[in-house]
Amino acid sequence: MTKKATRSAGQVDPLDTVRRLLESQQVAVLATHNQGQPYGTLVGFSVSPNLKSLFFATARTTRKFTNIVADDRVAMTFDDRMRAAADFYEAVGVTASGRATEVSKSPRSANLKRFLARHPHLEEFVLSPNCAFLRVRVEKYVMVRRFQEVIELVVA
Amino acid sequence: MLFMPFEKIRPEHAPLVGGKALSLAVLSQSGTVVPGGLAVTTEAYHLYLKASGVANQIRRELSRRPVDQMRWEEMWDASLRIRNAFLKAPLPSQVRRSLLRTVRKRFEGRPVAVRSSAPGEDASGQSFAGLHESYLNVREAEAVLRHIRLVWASLWSDAALLYRKELALDIEKSAMAVVVQELVSGSRSGVVFGRHPVRSECVAVEAVHGLNQGLVDGTVAPDRWTLDRRSGDLVEFHPAEREAYVALSRDGLAVRPLPKIRASRPPLSDADVQRVYTQAMRLGERFRKPQDVEWTFRRSRLYVLQSRAITTGNASEGDKRAWYLSLRRSVENLLQLRDRIENDLIPKMDAEAHRCEQQKLHGLADSELLAEVARRHHRYQAWLSRYWDECIPFAHGVRLFGQFYNDVMQPDDPYEFVELLSGSGLLSVKRNEVLQRLAARVRADKRLLAALERSEAPAGQESFWADLDALGSAFAADVGEAVVSSEGRRAISALLVQMAKQPSAKTSGPRRDKRILEKAFLAKCRGKKRKEAEELLDLGRASYRLRDDDNLYLGRIARQVDIASDEAKCRGLKLPAKLKENLAMRPTGGQQHAVKPIAQTVSGFELQARQLTGQPAGPGLGAGSARVIRGSQDLFAFQSGEVLVCDAVDPTMTFVMPLAGGIVECRGGMLVHGAIIAREYGIPCVTGVQDALDMVATGTRVQVDGYLGIVTIG
Repeated sequence: MTKKATRSAGQVDPLDTVRRLLESQQVAVLATHNQGQPYGTLVGFSVSPNLKSLFFATARTTRKFTNIVADDRVAMTFDDRMRAAADFYEAVGVTASGRATEVSKSPRSANLKRFLARHPHLEEFVLSPNCAFLRVRVEKYVMVRRFQEVIELVVA
Repeated sequence: MLFMPFEKIRPEHAPLVGGKALSLAVLSQSGTVVPGGLAVTTEAYHLYLKASGVANQIRRELSRRPVDQMRWEEMWDASLRIRNAFLKAPLPSQVRRSLLRTVRKRFEGRPVAVRSSAPGEDASGQSFAGLHESYLNVREAEAVLRHIRLVWASLWSDAALLYRKELALDIEKSAMAVVVQELVSGSRSGVVFGRHPVRSECVAVEAVHGLNQGLVDGTVAPDRWTLDRRSGDLVEFHPAEREAYVALSRDGLAVRPLPKIRASRPPLSDADVQRVYTQAMRLGERFRKPQDVEWTFRRSRLYVLQSRAITTGNASEGDKRAWYLSLRRSVENLLQLRDRIENDLIPKMDAEAHRCEQQKLHGLADSELLAEVARRHHRYQAWLSRYWDECIPFAHGVRLFGQFYNDVMQPDDPYEFVELLSGSGLLSVKRNEVLQRLAARVRADKRLLAALERSEAPAGQESFWADLDALGSAFAADVGEAVVSSEGRRAISALLVQMAKQPSAKTSGPRRDKRILEKAFLAKCRGKKRKEAEELLDLGRASYRLRDDDNLYLGRIARQVDIASDEAKCRGLKLPAKLKENLAMRPTGGQQHAVKPIAQTVSGFELQARQLTGQPAGPGLGAGSARVIRGSQDLFAFQSGEVLVCDAVDPTMTFVMPLAGGIVECRGGMLVHGAIIAREYGIPCVTGVQDALDMVATGTRVQVDGYLGIVTIG
């Protein structure tokens, strides 16, 4: 098993840790809610170069999409777990919170191009008429490392 | 395979049995007389680590903070907690049954040695002697099993953590094998260096009466022979002053005075010296490298205890690790140190500080003042060097007691022993008791309180002022003023007003009944061990107390240097360049920190710590507004209930500590000054929070979790 990029020892710049984690992962947990009842799902995602926007796609018939239409506040969680006991101390977890909105799927969209470059196998799914492409405008990242060390990165 | 007898070990088993076991097996298979035994394999270690959950505890300890950034004291703390985990977690029952059966069958109740045998150690070509533990004279199978766990634990000793890079220490990959070997109770023992450490054309033989342990740990001085390597002819003989020898006792080893008749002659005859020399040469040929060989004579039979290729020291310039390792002292050594510190060092430091404090600098001519600055600096340097040589090693007494206590009691909290040491009259605590008494008077006397609040001298309270000034002088000496200034008096008055307004002031003293704990501890030590326990407890208490006191005295002297150099600056005098440079190099407790912005903005993100981790150093939960201490003005502004955040607690801070709602210290360790005082007062304390000064701003609300070692901000 290879050591992941985010797991280097020593004091690494928190923003850099977030960037490396987001770049190393394909899938995140998306949290929405339905009248106060939390709901979590796995989604493929991409991230803008400045880390301020996250993108994912979903069919408009899904629960998560309905939830977002009712309330655009969402959270997304990323981590580099390796499904081992060591995860408790070595894994890095990052939660982004922000607001989600549907955005254009125009073939010229740089965001869409970036998303498809990362998930080429999702092209047919994303481009199908019933699929929505969403952007989350990040308000804050909360990063947890070394089990209990917590740092917040708030969009200035 | 959980174990392998020496007879069955082959070179390809090296990763399973470790270097020491393999070399003993090779020796015994080639006809050298070696005490018989077996190796408990690394497989047993791995099985245990996984089944017991200890692996996760090690991970947790090593992830509190990158090991690279740990101070030595923090490494000791981490290794103490790891060691306790090994002590507490039993062997899986299958492993246990199998090992018990084997040990009973093979040794039939005879005393054994339980020794570390780390794989890869010999292959690296470096000497790591002393990083891992070995135990002699272990008698029952159950005790053997317990000592096997202790040897395993020593894979994670503080010394091993210090050399983790060279050892390639890794939770997944590293492992420890253990040699369990019949103990040969020799009457004369020693070491032969197949190549003299200084004169490569020679061989050196060192020998003592009794067991080898006395020579190895330095308690017994050896007779020394230097021989020509090729011919074996005697080149030099240095007899020792033969006074003591080490022998087996009921449960361990004992240093005994050497009877006159044995003391009158060297441990080895000329013929014995030749036998030892020949053995070393033969082993050198067998392993194709000059060997360091430990040996012992039982009657006329020569046993080889250990043979390893000569390695040269790997200490480089600026590598202080060897110095750190030298801090592990024997009880005898610590007792001598205690005598020196209590009866010589401390009284003299006190006198030195007092002399400086009494001296009237105003009366000195400019040239005399400059000479005085240089003199004080010089004296400070001399005390500092004695502080490093004597006081810091003496602090090891606390550790020695802690380890002993944990072995006897196996407590859930590896720092339970500190309860027994605390309340033993720390100087700063005594001072604070005076402060508490004055506060009680203020609390009871409304007029006095009102007067103090208006910064007035209340009439008819001469004795109160005398006490306050006495306290003020001590405080002034700490913060670096020659006399009690009006500011100092005001600061103490303000402190008293705050303390008086608190309904119940914190008093020093252990939270649990110390006597019950002490009784339970001593009841578990019987016979000779009881005496050892009492001796170590007493030593631990002295060591704990002096850790605080010596700091204070050295601090007083340091401040006298500042006072003199400030006076020179005030007069506009120029200090000689060299002296100026030296003064600038001197660390001044926690006041030289550049203030960094608390919230940093990076690429459009504002970074803010929400939770920081350190070491749990004083149990309890505390919350309050943070007061970041960068200088004495921060200290004067300290308000009751605030959380004190500092680089390292220094003597000037101990005055306000009873008022603190919590303590956060950047410097790590369970036994650093701040942690000791925090425990005395029962204040929640987290140490080793590296970025605390940069991440916490005065006025921010913080919560201090002294159980888990977590500081939550905002």
